[in-house]
Amino acid sequence: MGKLGRMGFGQRAGGEAGNGVSRRGFLMAAVGAGVMFGFPAVPRASQQFPATGLPGDGAFEPTIWCAIAPDGAITVNIIRAEMGQHVGTALARIIADEMNADWSRVTINYVDSDPKWGLMVTGGSWSVWMTWDVFRQAGAAARIALTEAGATLLGIPAAQCTTRNGMVIGGGRSIGYGDIVARAHPTRSFTPDELAKLPLKPAADRHLIGNKDLKALDIPAKTNGTALYGIDAKVEGMVYARPKMPPTRYGSRVRSVDDSAARAVKGYQRYLVIEDPSEVVQGWVLAIASTYSAAIRAADLLKVDWTPGETINVSEKNVIDHGRTQIDRKEGGVMVFDDKGVDSTFAAAASTFSQDYTCASVLHYQLEPTNALAFEKDGIFEIHAGNQWQSLILPTLAKALGRPEKSIVLRSYLLGGGFGRRLNGDYMIPAALASKALGKPVKLVLTRSDDMQFDSFRSPSIQRIRVAFDGSKAITAMEYHASAGWPTEVMAPAFMSKGVDGKPYDPFAIAGGDHWYEVGPLRVRALSNDLANRTFRPGWLRSVSPGWVSWGLESSWDEIAHIQGKDPVQFRLEHLTGAGRNKGEAPDSTGGALRQAAVIRRVAEKAGWGRPLPKDTALGIASTFGQERGMPTWIACAALVHVDRATGIVRCQKLTLVVDAGTIVDPDGARAQTEGAALWGLSMALFEGSEIVGGLPRDRNLNTYTPLRIADVPEMDIEFVANTEKPTGLGEPGTTPIAPAIGNAIFNAVGVRMRHLPIRPADVLRALKEKGASAA
Amino acid sequence: MTSFRLNGHDISVDVPEDTPLLWVIRDEIGLTGTKFGCGIGMCGACTVHVGGRATRSCITPVSAVEGADITTIEGLDPAGTHPVQEAWKDLQVPQCGYCQSGQIMQAASLLKDFPQPTDEDIDAVMGGSLCRCMTYIRIRDAIKKAAAVTGGEPSNG
Repeated sequence: MGKLGRMGFGQRAGGEAGNGVSRRGFLMAAVGAGVMFGFPAVPRASQQFPATGLPGDGAFEPTIWCAIAPDGAITVNIIRAEMGQHVGTALARIIADEMNADWSRVTINYVDSDPKWGLMVTGGSWSVWMTWDVFRQAGAAARIALTEAGATLLGIPAAQCTTRNGMVIGGGRSIGYGDIVARAHPTRSFTPDELAKLPLKPAADRHLIGNKDLKALDIPAKTNGTALYGIDAKVEGMVYARPKMPPTRYGSRVRSVDDSAARAVKGYQRYLVIEDPSEVVQGWVLAIASTYSAAIRAADLLKVDWTPGETINVSEKNVIDHGRTQIDRKEGGVMVFDDKGVDSTFAAAASTFSQDYTCASVLHYQLEPTNALAFEKDGIFEIHAGNQWQSLILPTLAKALGRPEKSIVLRSYLLGGGFGRRLNGDYMIPAALASKALGKPVKLVLTRSDDMQFDSFRSPSIQRIRVAFDGSKAITAMEYHASAGWPTEVMAPAFMSKGVDGKPYDPFAIAGGDHWYEVGPLRVRALSNDLANRTFRPGWLRSVSPGWVSWGLESSWDEIAHIQGKDPVQFRLEHLTGAGRNKGEAPDSTGGALRQAAVIRRVAEKAGWGRPLPKDTALGIASTFGQERGMPTWIACAALVHVDRATGIVRCQKLTLVVDAGTIVDPDGARAQTEGAALWGLSMALFEGSEIVGGLPRDRNLNTYTPLRIADVPEMDIEFVANTEKPTGLGEPGTTPIAPAIGNAIFNAVGVRMRHLPIRPADVLRALKEKGASAA
Repeated sequence: MTSFRLNGHDISVDVPEDTPLLWVIRDEIGLTGTKFGCGIGMCGACTVHVGGRATRSCITPVSAVEGADITTIEGLDPAGTHPVQEAWKDLQVPQCGYCQSGQIMQAASLLKDFPQPTDEDIDAVMGGSLCRCMTYIRIRDAIKKAAAVTGGEPSNG
C-alpha cells in the first residue's frame, strides 16, 4: 500500500485516508490497481456472485433470507462461509426453487456477522441439511406474498394464479416478480408459526433442486484473479504484521526481545508483545512493518527469549501412550452408549477380539495461510477475514479487546480452504489486539511455517475395539473406546453432547463409534486426551472423528469377518438389520441401517466384488454413515489397490463410491465435494500425517509434509442414490470410508493388517517381513 | 529501482532487490489474483509467466525480472476467456479457488509446450501445483478439453 503514487499511478480509487473508509471505499481500495490497469473484470464487491451489487431502495424482503428488487433481481443472503463447496449456489437453489424464481436473476450475498442471522457456523457438513426447511419456507413465503400481490394487480383471486420462472400467471396473463414489487409494493411478513405451516412444493415440481445444468455462481471469479479472499483485504493506512511464534502453544512467556538485527530491514517499524486477555494467544511477538515482505524478514531476525510452557517436551508417542493408559483404565471417560449386559456378556463369552488402532496427527494445510485485517472505525471494530464460525470467535474477540460483542463485526471473504481450520478464529485475535495497541489498521498474515506450527490440527488418536463371541463365533457384545484431543471441549464447550451417564463429551471426537451395526449390547466410551488438549489446540479437520474412527471400526469389521471365515461384504450386511435403535427416524435417518446395507450392496456390485484380480492386487470395502447418527450420509467405498512387495508402496488404482445423501440439491457440487473428500481420505491414508515433536507438529511446509498430488489420483467412480429423502451432508462423508477400504484391500492383496495411519511404505515392508518370518 | 513489464504495462518499483516478485505484484502493484501458499516454491499458487515461462513468484527476487515481460492471471486474457479459463468454467474445476490462478497459469504454459499433453505430461508439469480441495480430476479433464479446443484431439497415452 501507499507505493502507488510513487510509482506514478496517481490516487487509488476509494483511497480515503486512515480509517475513514466506507465498506465500498474499502473494497475499491482492494482492487484499485486493477482499475488503473484497465482490466475489464474487476470485482465491484467481494462477496456477491455474480457481482451485481445489492438491491437498492424498494426491494421486497418477505423474510431476512431474500430480497426481490423492483427490477426483478433476487438477492439471497448466505450466512455460510464459501470455502469451495459452492454453498451459496446450493442454498440459493433451495429458496429460488420454492419461490419459482428465474435463476438467471439470482445473486448470492455472503453476509457479514450480525446477531439477526442466528448461529453462524459452516462445518459438520450441515449447511444444506440445516437450511433445507428454513429456505423452503422462506421461498414459499416469497412465492405466496408475490402471488397475492400479483393476483391483485391482475384483478383475479390468488387461488386462480400459479407461479413459474419469476412470474405470477393467471387469467391468461402474467406479471413478473419485479413488476409486482415495483407496482404493488408488497410488505407482507410472516411469523415463524406461519412460515412453518406454508405449503411446500412436491419434489416432482422442483426445477432448480437437482438440476444438473446450473453452474456455481462463485466459479467465474475464481478463474480470472478477481475472487477476493481474506488475504486480499486491504485498507488505507494499514501496517503489516507477522508473528514470531513461541516455542509452545500455551504458557510461553516472553523474557526479552532484541530487534537490533530486525531494525536493518527496510520498512520494519517495531515489534509488539501480544498480551491477550482471552488467553488464546500466549507469548506471541509481532513484527510490524510497512510491507509484508519486510514483516517476514523482520520476524526472522527478531531474537526473542521465552520461558517455554510445560509441554515443550511432549511427543506424539506421549499423547498416544496417554490415550492407551486412559483406555486401559475402566474408570473415566463418557458413555455415549452403555447398553445393559455388556460386562456380563463379555464375562460369558466363548472368545473375544480386541485390537487397538492409531492415527497420527494431521495438519490442515488450507492453502491460504491464516490471516486477518483489523481496525476500528466509527466505534466498531472490524475484522476482515475468512472464517467458518463467526458466532464462536466473537465472544472471544470481545474478551480479548475488552469491548462488547455488538461493537465488533466480522466481514466475510472467500476462504482459501477451510477444512475446519477456520472454525477456530484464533488468528483474528493478534490482529485485533495489535490494531488496538497501535491505533491503526493491522493486517496480520501467517507464513506457512507460522500457520503449521500453531495449526489446530487433527489430534493423534487411539481406539480400541473389543468384541465378544459365543461358541459359534457369533458376535454377542461390543465395546468401542477412543481417546483423542477434544476440540469442542477446548474451544466450544457449549456444543458438547451429553452421554447416557449425563456427562459432557465432544461429539466430534467419538462420532462414528456409535454405529448402526447390530452387535448385541454395545458400549461406546469417549475419552478426552488431556495431554493433547494441553499441548496443542485440537482442531476439527474435514470429516472430524468419523474420519479416524472408521479406520479402526471398519478395519475391525474385516478382521472379525476373517476370524469368522466370512465374506466382509456379506458379514456387514448380516449386521445391518435396521432393528431397534438402528431402524432410523424420519425425516433425518429414515430407513436407518437398511440404507447403509443398500449402498454396500451397490458398491460391491459396481466394483465387481469377488472377481479375480492380478497378483498383489485386491479390492477392499468399507462403509460409514458419514458425520453423525442424527444426520447420516450412507456411504460405501470399494478401493482397488496394488501393493509392491519390494518397496512397500501401495498404489490405489480405483475408488468406487456409492452415496445416499437423500435429495441431491446440487448434483455437480455433490460430486465435486465427494471427489475432494474421498481424495482427502486417500491422502490421509497414504500420503500425509505429522508427528508431535517437542510439543509442536514436526512439519512446517511442503518440503516434509506431502499431501496427495495429481499423479496420485486414482480412477474414481461415484454414484449417488436417487431418492427424495431429506438432504444430508456431503462435504465430509466422502473422506470417511477411504482409509479402512485401503487397509482392507492391502490385507486382501498381500495378507498384512495395517493398524496405524498413515500407511507408509516402510510400515508395509516391515509388516510383510514379519509375516514372512512368522510363516517361515 | 527495478523495471519490467506486467500484463503489458511498464512498471518501475523501488523495493529491496531481493523482495520476492510475489509481494511486489500483490502489495506494491496491488494485483491480488496471484496467491501466497507455501513461500518455498512447492505449491504453485504464486505461479506467473516470466518471459512466457511458468515461474514461482514467491521465490523469484524482483531483481531477477529486470526487463522481463510478466503475465499474471489478470493479464492472461483480456476478457478472462483464455481456453484454459473457459475449460475451467465449463468443467466447474475450482472449489475454494485459491490455488486456481496458479493452476491456470501453469496449465496455459503446459499447453504451449505440449499442445496435446498425455497423462504423463500432465502429471509431470502439474505435479508442482497443490490443490488442497483436490480438484485434480477436473484439472486433468479441463487441460485435455482446452487442448482439444486449441490444438487437436487430446492424447490419452
